[in-house]
Amino acid sequence: MEWEAVIGLEIHAQLATKSKIFSGASTAFGAEPNTQACAVDLALPGTLPVFNAEALRMAVMFGVAIDAEIGHRSVFDRKNYFYPDLPKGYQTSQLFHPIVGIGHVDLELEGGITKRVGVTRAHLEEDAGKSLHDEFPGMTGIDLNRAGTPLLEIVSEPDMRSAEEAVAYVKKIHSIVTNLGICDGNMAEGSFRCDCNVSVRYKGEEKLGNRTETKNINSFRFIEKAINGEIARQIDILEDGGYITQETRLYDANKDETRSMRSKEEANDYRYFPCPDLLPIVIDEAYVDQLKQSLPELPDARKARFIEEFKLSDYDAMVLSTYRDLAGYFETAANSAGDAKLAANWVMGELSKHLNQNDTAITDSPVSAEMLGGLLQRITDNTITGKLAKQVFEAMWAGEGSADEVIEAKGLKQVTDSGAIEAMVDGVIAANQPQVDQYVNAEPDKRGKMVGFFMGKVMQASQGKANPGQVQGMLKKKLDALANS
Amino acid sequence: MFEKTLAELAQGLETGEYSSVELTNSYLQRIKAEDPKINSYISITEELALSQAEAADKARTNGEAGTFTGLPIAHKDIFCTQGVRTSCGSKMLDNFISPYNATVIENFNQAGAVTLGKTNMDEFAMGSSNESSYYGPSRNPWNTDCVPGGSSGGSAAAVAGRLAPAATGTDTGGSIRQPAALCGITGIKPTYGRVSRYGMIAFASSLDQGGPMTRTAEDAAMMLNVMAGFDAKDSTSLDQAVPDYTLTLNESLKGLKIGLPKEFFSDQIDPQIAAQVQNAIKEYEALGATVKEISLPNTHLAIPAYYIIAPAEASSNLSRFDGVRYGYRCDEPVDLEDLYKRSRGEGFGEEVKRRIMVGTYALSEGFYDAYYKKALQIRRLIQQDYVNALKEVDIIMGPTTPHPAFKLGEKTSDPVAMYMEDIFTISLNLAGMPGMSVPCGFANGLPVGLQLIGNYFAEARLLNAAHQFQQATDWHKQAPAQ
Repeated sequence: MEWEAVIGLEIHAQLATKSKIFSGASTAFGAEPNTQACAVDLALPGTLPVFNAEALRMAVMFGVAIDAEIGHRSVFDRKNYFYPDLPKGYQTSQLFHPIVGIGHVDLELEGGITKRVGVTRAHLEEDAGKSLHDEFPGMTGIDLNRAGTPLLEIVSEPDMRSAEEAVAYVKKIHSIVTNLGICDGNMAEGSFRCDCNVSVRYKGEEKLGNRTETKNINSFRFIEKAINGEIARQIDILEDGGYITQETRLYDANKDETRSMRSKEEANDYRYFPCPDLLPIVIDEAYVDQLKQSLPELPDARKARFIEEFKLSDYDAMVLSTYRDLAGYFETAANSAGDAKLAANWVMGELSKHLNQNDTAITDSPVSAEMLGGLLQRITDNTITGKLAKQVFEAMWAGEGSADEVIEAKGLKQVTDSGAIEAMVDGVIAANQPQVDQYVNAEPDKRGKMVGFFMGKVMQASQGKANPGQVQGMLKKKLDALANS
Repeated sequence: MFEKTLAELAQGLETGEYSSVELTNSYLQRIKAEDPKINSYISITEELALSQAEAADKARTNGEAGTFTGLPIAHKDIFCTQGVRTSCGSKMLDNFISPYNATVIENFNQAGAVTLGKTNMDEFAMGSSNESSYYGPSRNPWNTDCVPGGSSGGSAAAVAGRLAPAATGTDTGGSIRQPAALCGITGIKPTYGRVSRYGMIAFASSLDQGGPMTRTAEDAAMMLNVMAGFDAKDSTSLDQAVPDYTLTLNESLKGLKIGLPKEFFSDQIDPQIAAQVQNAIKEYEALGATVKEISLPNTHLAIPAYYIIAPAEASSNLSRFDGVRYGYRCDEPVDLEDLYKRSRGEGFGEEVKRRIMVGTYALSEGFYDAYYKKALQIRRLIQQDYVNALKEVDIIMGPTTPHPAFKLGEKTSDPVAMYMEDIFTISLNLAGMPGMSVPCGFANGLPVGLQLIGNYFAEARLLNAAHQFQQATDWHKQAPAQ
């Protein structure tokens, strides 16, 4: 019998609001502990929450983007439990009436297969603070800067059947929230994190197996590894006649394994009830419509447009459309260069390579889209060769100026003067008599490949500046003339 | 001087008969001399009071004085007051110096008021006798063997005992009206959402409402002018214009339709209270009002529903008192669980713990529908009772409490008997409408309160009706023997 994995995901996307969901404190990351926690975040006696309308706008935008039902009357509930980094002793969340109802996303899988994954719901809630265990021996430090940061918890249906599908889903949601500009998507800082619910069963079986929940995984690669590890672990247990305990697990990236979290002695009863300090959120159609109108272009639509408008391949269009900043860069470069395919190759090739090597965000690239476009123009108008263009790009990356400035300063302008090229060609032919003899004595259909040797010599002589097409044409003409004479 | 109302004191300040510093000092001296018998204050804020009084006098010299400038008042110790201990009557917050002001405090500061001190109260406003206070019970100035009522017992005792011209209170199930009745003063619980709850330490968020406790309806109108209004920091506060409540006090009561709910006149009421309330109604008829019997059929469900909803909200509201960030922390906790258990076990008193347990139980998985959800349904029925009744009449009247002040210790061993003292006040918090208590006589030498209930935002009408009654009677002028 064949095993099948069943995977559902809960994604916590931190909304990119300037202030917290129920207070005016800043949400900026990385400040000194407890410097961004106001009276409300500290849960001082008597303080009250006030809902940040920007968080509402962002949540509804997400709902619209995944074609979901929007809860026209949405209610905040209190989830009660004690934890030192949970200052009020409850988390304000939404259980019964989430803001975003049933929706879906379409995943493109290998082999051109499209798979639809259901989104059960997405609800607003506040993040907790952080417990710092290492800095104070024998004590725990509490940092409440993160407390009250708005989160959108996006819950999927258990529709995924492999780690690859799960990662494709997470990437899809990641690209949607970043394209909408409602989440910075920074997984290392915890702005976008994922809990994976995994169970296995025999293929064809209806009933779901017992599932485990692996919490707070913060990279695409770890999601894949954690799920694959968990699937293997569960199959091993079941094949040995064992039983899967429904539990919460942690992924240890160093050991590449999941392990059971210290289980609480008793199950928590969260005693959810509607928060009496907050009014229900009432959303009217006009508000939703207005957001629908103002929705930025999403990756799927953009991909289709790139194929249509720029005649890109399916793969190139997908890579370039997924993220807003990359897509914007590509479009600017393509329009400036006047050659979309060339721009696509350079953005996905040289530019991406440099960004990755230097761990630089595209928005911080020292070579702007306009600058790259300027360089590509010099390729298409034959000012420089493609090979020299890479050298020019290096110089631009190092801050030596625009393509034209670099070409000028380094004297890299392509030689297209036929007299000068002819002189170099004649010089190379004269200096390489043995190779000329070989060419002349070779069968005519073998000669084509032999031109390469002379090409190299001429390009070397021109320091790469000679127009390769002209060189090739002239070499062939002169060598064939010798052979036929 | 101590017999003067706020309105009269305002005039004395205006005419220069005395300065705010003189007035404040007189009250501070009196508090120091007399309050040990009454225990109406948890903290006396002498330094703050005198600096505020000086500033008020300076403002007056500069021609910048408003109606309230320089008037000394006391605040229930539930309102967070910057730089001052705000204990909420609990050991849990005995060491809590608030770093910020409640909106109500801020409003009074802006108006130029002087804070004499913070008044005693039942712990976290949970109680009807002031006996659950960590600082010992406040006593009824009319008979110091008796309770002043609760939870705003300290405020009521301070005003009745001439230890403050007026005070703030809060009312979750009767905590302004019941002590006002028991101490022979005037108190109003405004419409839910009329006064900001920001900085008012929460007991039951959907029921809590701050309001004034004064000698007269006129003073209550002056106080409410300062307290009421929309506050962006409280999502449940209502964005509706606030009238000047003093402007309509003298309107005629001719044609006022009064409803007497038959459920408020059962044989469980002390007969002397019933008689005094009937006399007060007659007085209203003499003033031109008409009276008819009405029914609030779900009144008997109010106490059970309240004792689900209020403890449920309280059990969650009080979770923040965990010994982690501020407030009481037990000595040398061995681990986190020990820290929680002992900090809360030692920091909270019996009544608070009782309600946290009741509330926690009511919200527990499997019980939610049977208790909390059912209580919310009853709440809607009760609200509908009032809405229907107030279509027929302008003001509902009845006794504020079934009995006059009881002896200290008399009901502490029987929580349910204690809860029953709020039978006439509690349903109004569930409905959210405004209610008031004014003195209307005595029963065995102890004050009796007449309750007035109006529709949403009918505070001006209630104050008008109370003021007219006080123009025709002098119950509110009676003072306990010194």
